[in-house]
This record gives sequence, C-alpha cells and structure tokens, in this order.
Amino acid sequence: MIEVKDVHFSYPNGVQALDGVSLTVKKGEFLAVMGQNGAGKTTLVKHFNGLLKPTRGEVLVDGVATTKVSVAALARNVGFVFQNPDHQLFSETVEEEIAFALRNFGLNEDVVKKRITWALNLLGLAQYRKTSPFMLSGGERKRVALASVLAWDPKILILDEPTIGQDYQQKEKLRQFILQMRTRGKTVIIVTHDVEFVAECNPRVILMREGKIIIDGEARKVLTNPEILEEASIIPSQIAQVFLQLSEMGLPCNVIDVYEAKSILLSFLESHR
Amino acid sequence: MSVFSGLKFRKVYSPIHNLDPRIKFIYVCSIFAVAIMFGELLPLMALFLLQIPFVVVAGVKREWLRSMRGAAFLATFIFLTNFIASYIGAGYVFTAKILETAVAMTLRFIVLVESFSVFFLTTSPDHLGLALEQTHVPYEFVFAFTTAVRFVPVLAEEAETIMDAQKARGLELERGNFLKRIRNYIPVLIPLIVSAIRRSLELAEAMESRAWGATKKRTNLYTLKVHRGDVVLIALTALTLVAAVYARLYLPVPSLSELLKIPS
Amino acid sequence: MALVETRNLTYTYPGATRASIREVSLRIEKGEFVLITGPSGCGKTTLCRCFNGLIPSFYQGELEGEVFVAGLHVSEHPIYEVAKHVGFVFQNPENQLFALSVEKDVAFGLENLGIKREEMRERVDSALKLAGVYDLRERAPHELSGGQQQRVAIASVLAMQPEIIVLDEPTSFLDPLSAKKIFEVIYDLNKRLSITVILVEHRLDLTARYADHIVIMDDGQVVMDGDPHDVLRSEEARLIGIGIPKATRLFQLLKADGMNLGEKVPLSSEELAEMLREAVKDQ
Repeated sequence: MIEVKDVHFSYPNGVQALDGVSLTVKKGEFLAVMGQNGAGKTTLVKHFNGLLKPTRGEVLVDGVATTKVSVAALARNVGFVFQNPDHQLFSETVEEEIAFALRNFGLNEDVVKKRITWALNLLGLAQYRKTSPFMLSGGERKRVALASVLAWDPKILILDEPTIGQDYQQKEKLRQFILQMRTRGKTVIIVTHDVEFVAECNPRVILMREGKIIIDGEARKVLTNPEILEEASIIPSQIAQVFLQLSEMGLPCNVIDVYEAKSILLSFLESHR
Repeated sequence: MSVFSGLKFRKVYSPIHNLDPRIKFIYVCSIFAVAIMFGELLPLMALFLLQIPFVVVAGVKREWLRSMRGAAFLATFIFLTNFIASYIGAGYVFTAKILETAVAMTLRFIVLVESFSVFFLTTSPDHLGLALEQTHVPYEFVFAFTTAVRFVPVLAEEAETIMDAQKARGLELERGNFLKRIRNYIPVLIPLIVSAIRRSLELAEAMESRAWGATKKRTNLYTLKVHRGDVVLIALTALTLVAAVYARLYLPVPSLSELLKIPS
Repeated sequence: MALVETRNLTYTYPGATRASIREVSLRIEKGEFVLITGPSGCGKTTLCRCFNGLIPSFYQGELEGEVFVAGLHVSEHPIYEVAKHVGFVFQNPENQLFALSVEKDVAFGLENLGIKREEMRERVDSALKLAGVYDLRERAPHELSGGQQQRVAIASVLAMQPEIIVLDEPTSFLDPLSAKKIFEVIYDLNKRLSITVILVEHRLDLTARYADHIVIMDDGQVVMDGDPHDVLRSEEARLIGIGIPKATRLFQLLKADGMNLGEKVPLSSEELAEMLREAVKDQ
C-alpha cells in the first residue's frame, strides 16, 4: 500500500512540481495517473520508490516512510519502468540486462538464472536470451526493459508512459499483461495521457494539473467529464464523445467501453422502434 | 540538474549584452595585453576597477562573484609562490616591495579572469555564434558550437533520467571502493552515449531535410550592426591602449609603497 | 504524373539482410491529405525517407524502383534540392530544433538556401503566424512545451514553402489536446494552402477524419490503399491490428448485430453521433 500525505515537492531550481498531493493506493489496485506534460505525474510516481523525497509531507510504502530507506531497498518492492528503454539498456545480452538488478539486490546465481528464464518467458523474449538488446526493435526493447524490472517480482509496478510509440497490437499485449499482473495480486500504476488505452483498461484514474490532483475516480467517471479533462489537456475517449453528444436524447453519459456502448445503443434503438 | 543549471543560456538584455561581441572581444584582448605590459600594482588596480562598471551595468554581479570565487584558489597559489620565491630571492628579507609585487602578480591573474568572465557572462551563445559567423569562421564550426550549447541542458537532463532509471534497478552509485565506484557509472554512461549517437543521427537527418549545405553562400537572419555603445567601447579601448603604451614608454610608474613612503 | 509517385520501390538498409519496403507503388495527388499507418516496423518511416531523398542519399543502402516527387527523380538529386519541395517533421521535437531561438530555427532552412535577409524575414514571420507560434519567436526551444516545439518544427518546414509536408508520428510525445491542435494546424494548411500532407500515425481516432486517402502497410508492403471509409470498413484492416477508431468499431459492432446505420462508415465521434441521431429520427 502506498500512502501519500500532503506531499509538496520543489526541484532544486525552484520549480514547484507537487503542491499538496494526498492519495492512497491499495494493494492490488490499478491506477492511471493522467494529465498534461509538466503536471507533476512523473514527479509524483518518482516519490513511490524514493527517487524523489518530499520537501514537505510524507510518502509511506507499506507503512514505511520513503525518507527512512534507500532507493535500492524500496526498489525491491516497487518496480519502476521508465518511458524510454534506451535510458536503461546497457548490457551485451538480454540475459545480462535482466540479471543486472537481480545481482544488485544480491540474489544468488541459481535464483538469478531462474528469475531470468521466468521473466523472458513471461514477456515472450526467450529467443533473444543471448541477443544484444541494441539489435532489437523499439517494441522489443521496451519489453526487455519491462522484463528487467519484473524479474525481481516487485509487489508494485510503475510504468511511465508505456504506450508511447506503440502500435495497437503492442498496446493490446500490454493490456493483457497488466491484467495478468493484477490477477497475481500486483499493484499496477501507469503514467499516461493515452485516453483510448485507459478507456480500454478501465482503471482508477487520477488527473493532475499544476502539481495537484484535480479529480480521482473510476475511469468511466473521469474520462466522461469534458470540463475537467480539458483542464488537464486531455480529451474524452471517442466512445465517451459519442455519448456526450447524444446526451440530449436521454442516453447515459458515462460510457467508455465499446461493447457496453453497443448493448446500450441496441436496447435504446429497440425501445424507440 | 543543479550542476548544469548554470549552463542554461537565458536571454538577458542590458547595454553590455547588446554590445557587438567582436568589439567586446577586442576590448578583452586589449585589457589582456595591458595587464601583461605592467607588473606594477597601481595600473593593475586601475584595470581591475575599470571593469567593475561593466559588471554592474550588465547586472551579472552574482555570477561574476561566483567566477571570482572560482579563481580564488589559483590566485592564492600564485600569490604564495611569488611571495615565497622573491622572499627567498631577496635573501630571506621581508620588504613591502616584495609583498607588493606578489599582490600585483596575483591581481594580474585576477584581471585576466575578470575580463574573460565579463565577456562570457554578457555574451549570449547565439550572439557569439553570429559574431563568429560574421568574422568568417567556417559555418560548420559555428553550428557545432551553438548546437553544443543548445544540447548541454538536454543531455544533462537525460543523464539524470538514466541515473534514476538505474537506481530504480538497485544500482548504488556511491557504493564500494574507488574502482568499484567508477565501474558503477558504466550503466549510466553506455545509455548516455548510445542515446547521444541516436540523437546525433536524428539531428543530421533533420538538418539534411532542411537543405543543409545547399549553397556555399549562406545567409543569416540576423546581422550585427555597430551601435553607439560599440563606438564608445572602441574609443575606450583605444584610449586605454594608448594611455597604457604611453605610460609604459615615457612615465615612471610609481609603486604603492613608494607613494605611501613605506621604508624598504 | 502524380505529385508523388513510387514505382516498385524496394529498399534494403546497409547491412540488413531483408528489405524494409518491398514493391511499393503509390500515387499521391496534389492537395491530398494522406494517412499512412500500419504496425511498428512495417516500413512507414522508411517509405517517408524515400520521399525527400534521405534514402538513398543519407542512408545509402540498396534502392530499386523509382520515386518521383514534384517532377524530380529523387535519387538523382541531392537532398537539399528535394527539400525545397518536401518538408519533413519528425517524431521527436527535441532533435529537430537546433538554434537557440525559435525564429532563428525557422530561418535555418532559408539561411542554408542563401535567401536574402528581407525575404527571409517575411517568410519566417508568415510561417510563424501560420503555425501559431509568432508570439514565441524570441524564446529558446528548451523553454517550450512539446506541443509548442512541434509547432515550431512545422513552422521551420513551412518557411521553405514546400508543396508537400511529410510528418512522421509528430504527436507521439504530446498530450491529446496538444496533439489535436497539431492535427488541426496541419489540416488547415492542407485546406487553405493546398499543401499536400503525408502523415504517418498510429492514432487513427484523432486523424482518420482528416484523411482523403489512407495507406495501410504491413511487413514492408502496401496492403490497402484508398478512401478511408472503404479501407477502415474492411475486416482486413482490423486483422492487421491497426487501431481502428472506436467510432468506426462501434458502427461495425452494431452492424454485425443487425443495426445498419448507413453505407459509409463513420471516422469520428461526430459522424457516428449524427448517424445515430438520424436513426432515431427515422424511427
């Protein structure tokens, strides 16, 4: 569980990035942090594994204040996958890349081997075990970066902008993967401004603007509120837009799923026949 | 980020910033030459004071003090070696003259640092690039210079991100002995280099797509024009040079200790 | 001849064992808004690089077939000559702005071409205004948001007054509202100045509505090419795994369940909402 208590944060250059954020993320929850670039999304999640420490207020991970433990210790429980895989890949082989963190955490070589195989299989990378990560395509590199974090099986997984530059199929795979993590009881936090992806995943959503949380609720509530979305430089997902335009006909306004939309429309038109 | 934030160029306007960088450069070189001409304390003090108005008018006092502080260590070193050497040279006798010469040598160094820092603190990189271009420095070099300045903050930020990404994978940069600590930076350096290479390829592509190298006779959106301030600076520079040469050749330059009638 | 035409274009990067694009034959007419899409690695970016001569001049490698752009046989001209006709906007705004101020950046191409200062000033100012960044002209690029940077990149290209603008996933790093604004700027240029637009995008929900012509690529080949309403309706497009706009998808699901809203598939929420309103009225 992550508890954020009235956190303020300013960068050394004086820019205030967080301005009184309070939030609780329960075990097993799936949370999307959305908002404009510069709204403080990444700054917020960097507090969850201690990369940043609050200037005021506190962040507790499983009851322990992040100021009391090292990033390395926190990282055992909180896995953080950065936006750009090229910012972390450096090893000669995919296998070595995945082993890096495991060795940093002091696991013994037998366990390291097992974890590598497990992570490679989980993300469908087994055939690249001995390949250089630099030889892989962008999508594959992104998966290697993910595998290199998953390998130590953290309880909480943070993904920063996981869908940038990804095509539809890759996004669909990512969505399946997140669902799988959730059935294993993991907490998943994504930072994103991809509305269509969030609409398909249907997580809890917080919207941030200028270092504050402006709304917190389930996706179907947040993504169908055009006024508040606009404040965060986001537009409603396409299905939500259709229903918002038809609200005067007496249709519900909080629909984001395409299958739900279909059945609502079918019965609506049936009743008007 | 804190280390590099000083390198981010900001557009500032002041009469000094608006001066033609070429003329500012000539001025700095003249100060340099005059400082070399004199070993006496008094003219060097005059040179030192001459620059203070520039610092004040340009509004770069804080930055200037910082660079002076940076020079303090070397200045102390110069002072001590000069002092000790002439103390020994004079047969272990302490005189005011010895002290004055040591101070003068130190001040000469400080004047050099001072004038160059005034130049760099008040000249924006694009202004400097423009000046280089108009003094017929090959455009490739000028472009390399301005691009480097443009990308320093970008790369610095990238280095921070990479460090964070690796820390999130349990890397502890400060752990282990000296050699181990250097090795700790490999996971930071490799991604940084790889990404710099990728970046330069993308830059090259973008340059090519915007007609890089289409003609030898490149034009420029901006042009440097000589303003009244520049004329004043030229006059000041010329005056200083003439006065200095005249003083060197025809005037006895008194030392401070003589003036104050300190017995040697 | 069409404004852009490729004939049996096949290209292999140096050192690669497999061609990145194969037998691509396309015709793009003057004034069209063309959307090129397809899964990652399908060869979209490679194809675009052929349009302004980055392939083969910059990348070398092995090129077969022919590309004609604005009457030029691309591989026989240096990139800077083709660049007068084809502007290129890249994915990452950061790596295509090199100068220390916005207007200097917009002038970069014109300086390279040796345009006289007075004319350059005029062209720079009008490009800045067209892209809606005139007020930012003296700012440094790193002070701008991603969306602003990308509009500066568009202005830089516009200043060269090209007939064609190629944009390679120009909004992947931007938030939806900034992305929408970029697409509106591009659409406006297309309509008002009849600049031919070639846009590479995954996000069809934001872009399909603007396109007159859509090209779907898969594994180095063009698999579909035509009117967006026809192309996006097909089952094939869905199976390749491109992100069909949700409005289009909903229309198809309704149709599969026996509710036909019309012949033409909708490409935007507005089109679908209009169809649904009509359907209710008719009953």
